[in-house]
Amino acid sequence: MTLPAFPMLTRRSALAAAAATLAWRPALAAPAADAGQADALHALNRLAFGPAPGDLERVTRLGVHDWVAEQMQPQRLALPAFLSRQLASLRTPHESQRELVQGYREMLKEAKEAKQAESASPDGKKPRTEEGAERRRQVASVALEAGEARLLQALHSPRQLEEVLVDFWFNHFNVYQGKGLDRVLVESYEREAIRPNVFGRFRTMLGATARHPAMLFYLDNWLSVAPGYQPPRRFAGGGGVAKASGLNENYAREVMELHTLGVDGGYTQRDVTELARILTGWTMRPQRGGRRRFQDDASDSGDSVFGFDPARHDNGSKTWLGHTVAPGGQAEGEFALDVLARHPATARHIAFKLARRFVADEPPRALVERLSRRFLDSDGDLRAVMQALVDSPEFRDPTPVKFKTPYQYVLSSVRATGIATTNVRPLMAQLAQLGQPLYGCQTPDGWHDTEADWLNPNAITQRVNFATALASGRLPLQRVDDPQEPARAQGLKAMERQADKALARDQPVEGATPPVDAGALLATLGPAISDKTRAAVAAAPPALRAALVLGSPDFMRR
Amino acid sequence: MHRRQLLQAAAAAGLAWTAVGRNAFAASATQAGQRLPGNQRLIVVFLRGAVDGLSVVVPYSEGAYYQQRSSIALARPGQDGGVLDLDGHFGLNPNLAPLMPLWQAKRLAFVQASGSPDPTRSHFDAQDYMESATPGRKNTPDGWLNRLLGAEPPVVLQASAGARAGVTRGISVGATLPRIWAGPNPVANIANGARATKPTLLDRPQVSKAFDSLYSGDDAMSRAYRESQQSRAEVNEAMTPAAMAQEQRVANGGAPLPNGFPDDAARLAQLMRRDPNVQIAFLALGGWDTHVNQGGAKGQLANRLQPLGQGLAELATRLGPTFDDTTILVISEFGRTVRQNGTGGTDHGHGNVMWALGGNVAGGKVHGRWPGIDTSSLYEGRDLAVTTDFRQVLAGVCAYNLGLSDRQLASVFPGFEGAPLNIAG
Repeated sequence: MTLPAFPMLTRRSALAAAAATLAWRPALAAPAADAGQADALHALNRLAFGPAPGDLERVTRLGVHDWVAEQMQPQRLALPAFLSRQLASLRTPHESQRELVQGYREMLKEAKEAKQAESASPDGKKPRTEEGAERRRQVASVALEAGEARLLQALHSPRQLEEVLVDFWFNHFNVYQGKGLDRVLVESYEREAIRPNVFGRFRTMLGATARHPAMLFYLDNWLSVAPGYQPPRRFAGGGGVAKASGLNENYAREVMELHTLGVDGGYTQRDVTELARILTGWTMRPQRGGRRRFQDDASDSGDSVFGFDPARHDNGSKTWLGHTVAPGGQAEGEFALDVLARHPATARHIAFKLARRFVADEPPRALVERLSRRFLDSDGDLRAVMQALVDSPEFRDPTPVKFKTPYQYVLSSVRATGIATTNVRPLMAQLAQLGQPLYGCQTPDGWHDTEADWLNPNAITQRVNFATALASGRLPLQRVDDPQEPARAQGLKAMERQADKALARDQPVEGATPPVDAGALLATLGPAISDKTRAAVAAAPPALRAALVLGSPDFMRR
Repeated sequence: MHRRQLLQAAAAAGLAWTAVGRNAFAASATQAGQRLPGNQRLIVVFLRGAVDGLSVVVPYSEGAYYQQRSSIALARPGQDGGVLDLDGHFGLNPNLAPLMPLWQAKRLAFVQASGSPDPTRSHFDAQDYMESATPGRKNTPDGWLNRLLGAEPPVVLQASAGARAGVTRGISVGATLPRIWAGPNPVANIANGARATKPTLLDRPQVSKAFDSLYSGDDAMSRAYRESQQSRAEVNEAMTPAAMAQEQRVANGGAPLPNGFPDDAARLAQLMRRDPNVQIAFLALGGWDTHVNQGGAKGQLANRLQPLGQGLAELATRLGPTFDDTTILVISEFGRTVRQNGTGGTDHGHGNVMWALGGNVAGGKVHGRWPGIDTSSLYEGRDLAVTTDFRQVLAGVCAYNLGLSDRQLASVFPGFEGAPLNIAG
């Protein structure tokens, strides 16, 4: 791993880019109350992260049907050069699983050696090595780049539905960046296991998550072994060293409870334990040595660290969900995932979550039934299920009944301003403050998705503060390159402190964007902003008008 | 209003005390009620992820404990890294040493083998049940702390010195409001860490004036906005920079607390001491789901317990005289397997330990019936059995420590017909 090299985008060129974006905004116009625009707004609110300047007109002109058709085939939509350039400057998206895991393990090794050297030195203090510090910076930078890659795409990619679904499915198969090895793996996990499959088959995504080291590590399956197994030697892991001598049922439980059947899906404690036995041996290959006994899986690319270790596998027969599973090595686990992916309870569970995300907190039962049938009929074809959802009369009701999550609120705010963001770190800090840190959900159930989960007193005033800071140009959303400190890996805490200051300060900050023009903002958002709010905006001091739009109750919903 | 007065009022209003069980309980509650000082507070600390209760209050005198936990058992008292003896049978995890003075002062109690009558081993269902206090029922719309806030007549509200009559404030620490607060009664939440008291743009009159006009309605968002503004004003009033600096000098000789729970606990204590209206508070902390490498006296669980113990001790200390009128409950959704798993950790189990700290807690005692951890005593052959329904403890604290009447109890714990456990002292 080496440090990422960011393009030399100076403040001036960034501002020029921002100005270019602002230039083609339509002039302030009263919202046209026609149905076409309302439908377009609805589609952009639910299937994208809200309208950016010009989106409303474009989708109205194209028609929602054709726009959705475009969104369903994201590979046909080219990424703008502005975005491609920024993504190309990130290093992590080009790293393989093996490189990432290796880099992390070396950091742990160096840290351990440094600690030993420290306690061995006469004064008990030995400065940490330069290489160690460098490695830690690299790991921190990899962790940060995951969020940068995610937010830059979510803000600026024309493949908005793909971005919305990446958020949905990552959250469904949640892993936590704060746990050991997953610090360096979430980006790889999203890139390899989630993103390629959001319009694919559920079974493929389920298998890809089951085999990815981020999940193997997060829910501990990599350590789960047949009872009585004797490890050949200590095996080093991200969270320290563990001697495995038996089952760990963490993944086996959550894959049924959260990823597939749902908690009321009809399994028992016995099924959990039996599935854990079935999945023994699904692990990460060691760095070196002992590789021979691992069976290669043709479905994984060469740099995958997944391996099935027959020596750790429990070779007894199992009774699971009414099936007798004969000894069969890795095939047992593949069979189990087949069963889970095609189970009616899974179809219902997925259908409910999609309907809750895209339609209503308490989605109509008929819709869930229909989506569930489509899931089963299409053998878990997620594009077909999404199409059924979008085509449903329940989806088409344009009432903005969904309260935005912090993620949706922050993204839709920045998109509406049209700011050509090159520094998303202040947004990462805001997400943490709003209670939804990116990749920071510690528990495997992911973030919840209803108004009751996110509407609270602190949330509203925090959002209002964020809106005011953004609209008045207090957030440093333009990258400022400091040649003295190339790509400083800034921790989230430091970012949060900076964000706190941004919410209180008056003096301009380096990298800040120009204040947002309220007229342009209102034109971008069209019917999203009510007459009542427009009147309040018009009555407010000019410097506060854009803040009122973004901080209005209207803009909290989608 | 004191409990006796409440009972008299209820009697005067012609309310019938029908259930036989409740009659029995009402009589004993009256005795407890005579000791109630009147302005009681409750703090609930939720350990999300299922803390391993057998590593908190350790049955060190039982051979089965050491047999089942070959590499994660804590040593007997007096040994290296050994537990701190509580009563000759149980010992406290040594990482919770800051709590021993409270145990010795009989202000810290435990209820071992407590938990849910529902068998679920799902974190999320079990937390939901513990927060709604309706195990097995998922469609309960509200949480029990919110129902407690709304109990009629109001229970913890007294016109005590400095409190504004009619304002009982529930405070939640954290960016979101958890299930336990769900319901119609307003609750304020404050951010974790120092942000709770830092100035923001919305503190500027010009900004707040503009936004006030947008959030003047009767919808949920407007109510939330006003609740936040109101509680912020109260927090700012109670915690001026000068007052904060004074606190800092007095406590810990000025040494800053580590980030996270100890810091939040200290801030909450200051707020509750300075603002008598804040009477019910909630904090949660995660990271207890120790499936791998749980460790013993050192290790992952130890690293979580240390700040918890320190934070609870801070909470008790900084509440000052208010601690005498406060009950702090520490709860977690279920316990973990008695036998350690194949990876040096523990999997999802059943019975657990609940903790109670406070000025009128019957401390220095491990309450509850201990079912034992021999293989034959285990729930479904693997977990600590539950001998005390968690609602017995919650309702017991509400009845005996906070002074709720039967009628109020019934509204806070709908459908619960067990006997509230008296751990008031």
